[in-house]
Amino acid sequence: MKVRIFVTLKDGVLDPQGKAIHHALESLDFSGVNDVRAGKLIELDVDASVSRADIEKMCDKLLANTVIENYEIEIADAAQGTMG
Amino acid sequence: MQSAVIVFPGSNCDRDMAVALETVSGNKPHMVWHGDSELPSGLDLITIPGGFSYGDYLRSGAMASRSNIINSVVEAAQRGVKILGVCNGFQILTEIGLLPGALMRNSNINFICRDAELDVSNCNTIFTSRYTQNTPISVPVAHHDGNFFADANTLDELESRNQVVFRYRNDINGSSRNIAGIINEAGNVLGMMPHPERAIDGKHGGTDGLPLFESLLG
Repeated sequence: MKVRIFVTLKDGVLDPQGKAIHHALESLDFSGVNDVRAGKLIELDVDASVSRADIEKMCDKLLANTVIENYEIEIADAAQGTMG
Repeated sequence: MQSAVIVFPGSNCDRDMAVALETVSGNKPHMVWHGDSELPSGLDLITIPGGFSYGDYLRSGAMASRSNIINSVVEAAQRGVKILGVCNGFQILTEIGLLPGALMRNSNINFICRDAELDVSNCNTIFTSRYTQNTPISVPVAHHDGNFFADANTLDELESRNQVVFRYRNDINGSSRNIAGIINEAGNVLGMMPHPERAIDGKHGGTDGLPLFESLLG
């Protein structure tokens, strides 16, 4: 079972990397970009016995630092082959 | 005085810390590998040194804070053993949860390696009793992720309980309220980004780190 975990900085937490990317886009003459926030995508391949609650524990204990980061969990539906 | 230095893969200030501890106390510290599960008995002080443990993978200090030895470090902290975390050690202490907040990428994204002017905001701790209030000190910093962040409530609590121990005199990395080092509420766990162990010998540019070790070990 494929699991994707998106780790993003909480609103209000300064993101220097996002700012630098924003400046770089502007210097490449891309206009109309209002803001950039950079995060992480972590992909797991887990047994079917692993529950969403287990994955939340993994996020809380290691994958995200909930002082500064939020996470979203996306579990692939094996039968459909889509993410949900 | 029995002290220990915890060594992780990627620690690079562990030997500087050992030299500082031995210089001031006269005793060699125990060098403890992160994979060990027990600390030597009878420790008075545990230090977590600077460096780039596990290559800063995932987040600075994230992997180190889940090492085998950490359960023993937390248990020692709860018993009142003194814990000093410097630079990566500070990052590890926040990742463990022994200190609040987090250390984020410097606001100007540059790695900063220079001497930093600090105020000792609280001289009434076991780590800082040999400093003089309102006398600025100069201590080297060398970090990429030294930007201290905590929510406003946590910052207010830290200030009201006098847990802010060191402050940058100028904003060098974007840290909330210029915080360079904090102590836990019980007063036995200190984390700081500047490197006092690199400022114990005049031939290296200054000795403003010495009073910290003298406070602890004297």
